[in-house]
Amino acid sequence: MHIQLRFFASLREALGLSSDTVTVPDSATTAHDVLAVLRARGGVWAEALADASRFRVAVDQRLGTIDSPVHNGAEVAFFPPVTGG
Amino acid sequence: MTVRVQHEDFDLTTELARLRIGRPETGAVVAFVGTVREMNATGVVSSMELEHYRGMTEAALEAIAAEASRRWLLIDILVVHRIGWLRGCDRIVLTAVAARHRGEALAACEFVMDHLSTRVPFLKNEVNQDRVQSLC
Repeated sequence: MHIQLRFFASLREALGLSSDTVTVPDSATTAHDVLAVLRARGGVWAEALADASRFRVAVDQRLGTIDSPVHNGAEVAFFPPVTGG
Repeated sequence: MTVRVQHEDFDLTTELARLRIGRPETGAVVAFVGTVREMNATGVVSSMELEHYRGMTEAALEAIAAEASRRWLLIDILVVHRIGWLRGCDRIVLTAVAARHRGEALAACEFVMDHLSTRVPFLKNEVNQDRVQSLC
C-alpha cells in the first residue's frame, strides 16, 4: 500500500526533503511498520529515524505514536518535539 | 471560537475589543500573551523561524478550543499564533477567553495553553544568534 510522507523542521533538513511517497507491504499496520521500511533505505534515513523517542508522529494530521494504525493512502508525518512555552 | 495562524503581529487591544463586541453578558476576559524568550543575558538575542504543519495545526487548535468550551461555560475563545521569523520579545501567541465569570475564563485559558504547547505542531526550524538589539 502507498503512504504519503511529510517531514518537518530538523528532520526535513536531515533527510533533504519535505514530502515523499513510500510503498509498504500490505501487511503493514502501524506507523512503526512504515518507519521500518524508511530505515531500511539506509544512510541518512537510518540515521535520522533511528531513535523514535526523538520525533513525533502524526497519522492523517492527528497526533499519534509509532503504534498508530495506518491505511492505504494515509498521510504519515514525522517531526521533532513541538515548540512549547 | 476563532483560531488564526499568521505571520503578522497582533494588537492585544484590538483583539480583545473584537472578542467583547456584542457580548454584553461578558464579565471576564482573560488573555495570555506568549513572547519569544531571550536566550542569554549578554544582549545577544536569538531569532528563530517557526513553521507549522498546515491543516493539522488549525485542526489541533480548534479541537483544544472545543474541548475547553465543553469543560467550562464560556462565551468565546480566540487563539492567534504567529509563524515565520521571530526575535526576542516578539509576541508569538495570544489566547483570550471571554466568560461570564473569571473562574471559567482563567481555567480555560490555562487549559488551552497547556495543551497548545504539547499537542500543536509548531516547530522551531532554525535559530540564529544574530547580534541584534532586543526589541524591548
